[in-house]
Amino acid sequence: MIKLTGDNIFKTLIAIIAASAIIIILLNTYVLVTGSTNVLSTSGVEFITGKNWDPATSSFGVLPYILGTLLTSAIALLVGVPLSLGIAIFIVEMAPKPIRTTFSYLVEMLAAVPSVIYGLWGLFVLRFWVLNYIEIPLNTYLGWIPLFSGNPTGIDILTAGLILAIMIIPTVASVSREVISAVPNSIREGAYGIGATKWEVIRHWVLNYGRSGIFGAVILGLGRAIGETMAVTMVIGNATGPRAMPTSLFQQGQTLPSLIANGFSDSTTPLQSSAYIGAGLVLLAISLLINIVAHVMVTRVLKVKGGAVE
Amino acid sequence: MPLSEKLNLHSYSLRKFKNKFFYVLCLICLIIAIVPLLSILFEVIVRGAPAINWQFLTGNGLRNNIGPAIQGTLILIGLTSAIGIPIGILTGVYLAEYGNNKYATWIRTINDILTGFPSIIVGITAYSLIVVGLTGTFSPMAGAVALAFIMIPIVARTTEESLKLVPNSVREASMALGIHRWRTTLSVMLPSAKGGLITGIVLAIARIAGETAPILLTILGNFYFFQGLNAPIDALPLRIYLSSRSHLQIEQTQAWGAALVLILIVLTLNICVRLASRGRNKGTR
Amino acid sequence: MDNNNIKMQSVDLNAWFGTKQALKDINISMKANTITAIIGPSGCGKSTFIRTLNRMHELAPTAKLTGQILLEGQNIYDPNVDPVMIRRRVGMVFQKPNPFPTMSIYDNVAAGLKLTGAHKNKNLDEIVKHSLQQATLWEEVKDDLKKPGTSISGGQQQRLCIARAIALKPEVIFMDEPTSALDPIASAKIEKLVVELKKNYTVAIVTHNMQQASRVSDYTAFMYLGSLIEFGATKDIFESPKNQLTERYITGEFG
Repeated sequence: MIKLTGDNIFKTLIAIIAASAIIIILLNTYVLVTGSTNVLSTSGVEFITGKNWDPATSSFGVLPYILGTLLTSAIALLVGVPLSLGIAIFIVEMAPKPIRTTFSYLVEMLAAVPSVIYGLWGLFVLRFWVLNYIEIPLNTYLGWIPLFSGNPTGIDILTAGLILAIMIIPTVASVSREVISAVPNSIREGAYGIGATKWEVIRHWVLNYGRSGIFGAVILGLGRAIGETMAVTMVIGNATGPRAMPTSLFQQGQTLPSLIANGFSDSTTPLQSSAYIGAGLVLLAISLLINIVAHVMVTRVLKVKGGAVE
Repeated sequence: MPLSEKLNLHSYSLRKFKNKFFYVLCLICLIIAIVPLLSILFEVIVRGAPAINWQFLTGNGLRNNIGPAIQGTLILIGLTSAIGIPIGILTGVYLAEYGNNKYATWIRTINDILTGFPSIIVGITAYSLIVVGLTGTFSPMAGAVALAFIMIPIVARTTEESLKLVPNSVREASMALGIHRWRTTLSVMLPSAKGGLITGIVLAIARIAGETAPILLTILGNFYFFQGLNAPIDALPLRIYLSSRSHLQIEQTQAWGAALVLILIVLTLNICVRLASRGRNKGTR
Repeated sequence: MDNNNIKMQSVDLNAWFGTKQALKDINISMKANTITAIIGPSGCGKSTFIRTLNRMHELAPTAKLTGQILLEGQNIYDPNVDPVMIRRRVGMVFQKPNPFPTMSIYDNVAAGLKLTGAHKNKNLDEIVKHSLQQATLWEEVKDDLKKPGTSISGGQQQRLCIARAIALKPEVIFMDEPTSALDPIASAKIEKLVVELKKNYTVAIVTHNMQQASRVSDYTAFMYLGSLIEFGATKDIFESPKNQLTERYITGEFG
């Protein structure tokens, strides 16, 4: 029998409030599952493998948007991760000490910019950079490769991927920075002591020692890219149905979040509403998976390896 | 053995060259990342500033002014904070003070996962629960619930972190005076962690002020000023999104003007907090 | 001292961390194939001193330095001299054993050689074996070469670090309190090894253990508050110190 002291009441009370996290995640899952039963029972497996998005024929499938999500995220990682690693290495290992914090602040400011402003900038500025300096040259000279074929406009999968690349930089760079800082100095000294150059110390010792933490950082970035909504919605072109199946980088596409943001409020039938919620459920599943993996990797590395310093 | 194969051919001058090469490469990475930041700030100022005048900031939306959007964003911040800050802080208190058990580990993990949660999903949830289920209308309440889902984990985590930075001796000193644990927590520990707490709250506010996806499905937007907790409301990020899709020059200008106001709010909050916390860190050292 | 035999010497060496002066006008010469012990209370600058000798000192962000370090007459702080090259000629063993945790025992020894690619794998096996033998570790680890460098005991790890330094065939080996983190038995093994190393290398060892200094070294330098107080043959320093401070220190009056 627990005594009803002030301490026990307080502890129980805030323990209940702390359950908010569990409630939030269960509530979201519950709403998405119940909301999508309609479309899942109507379309079945077709909902995952189908390409149509047509209220008239009640035919809904999210395959193009899954692929669009994966493709834009892949571009984001391909471009964003090397940049982030370079930044983290530069800040921890190379930059003169007095300006290190300034650089860190600048990179973290990238995370403070609201995603709708990224979208606005993407729509009116980045779009034309991508079009003029990347897409037109690639299309002109390498247009025979399917990936670079089509009629580039700058409002497409590539621009969406690149804006995501910029947006994941603060996440990946700051976690990598922590991981690299957690590498014990004795390792660096030992490596310098046997005559390694600075770059060799970084490449063969620091990065090697921190590799699983850096992998975790990359996965965190992937989670961020997959869930990002507004910036992508504003630059990807919002194709729906079979037209949204990605075949070229220079083609208008759609991701799961952009599909929902763009069309949910215009649903004309209950089934269509349910289809949007179903897209949300697929997104939730992918995102949960990635976030759990990232969580496990990053906490394990920062705790275990950080603790191993002494 | 890949290491040896890669390195065997390396003469010393090549090694030195690589050293310089990668230094420059990493520097270039940093520059590449800073260019978008500067470009965004530049464009928002250059394109947004011409729109800014008293009328633009205070007039209603019928003539492409953003008075309702600014008001709506402030209301949403207030409502969200009213829900999110108490829950977030108390969750953080639990994790910091009683967090040495399996239950707390679970909550910590779920909180971590929630911070990486796609924001459009909480929009769907709040829409289904409140707009469709509860009130039958788009409303600031629905928006605030969605935003609170995002705010709570952030506040909880920063609260836990800042409480853990308070030296144990502070707690012991209080308990030694015969003050109950719960009183100690509320009137000694929390005030001692005030700085970190405020930092966390301000950063969370900056974050939700700019969130668009959750409110897109929940507040609908409105040309008029606040019309009650059960009526659609406007907000800066939503207005930016909606106006950016227009082909009309005046609406695009409105979008940039609203973006300038929003980025000023968000960056000011961020920079203030950072400067303040840097000053504090120096003070304690 | 016979000048022809001098392997390494410091000339008017001053070093700073930020505005704090860590070394003041240090002049020490080390003869080839001798062991020099550097003793003194903590904070006297003895570790800083040997870290200037292979240009590890400058890795600290605010480090500054004036004066010269001559390795066979050549100033290692000459602008044309590359610190990476110096560190290969001047091996270093640190206070705490720091084998590379992501590498096997074998790779720990081979890592420095692999960087230059001067040796093909056939030779490499020989050199690794020879280095481990010289470090008196071979018999204990020869069947576990693939195991991580951190899987062995602290004393073995320190000998692994010595093998790692030896593998590069340095001319000089510096050890920064190499036994301070080890138990007496492991320390004794390292001490024996240090004396062995004298045959092939010039050795300097920083220690706060005066018995150790008197047991292993030929010359002893006593440092105090960043200055070199007394330097001479170990026997002289311990039996008839000229400076009162030295005498008080070795008799244990302060430390």
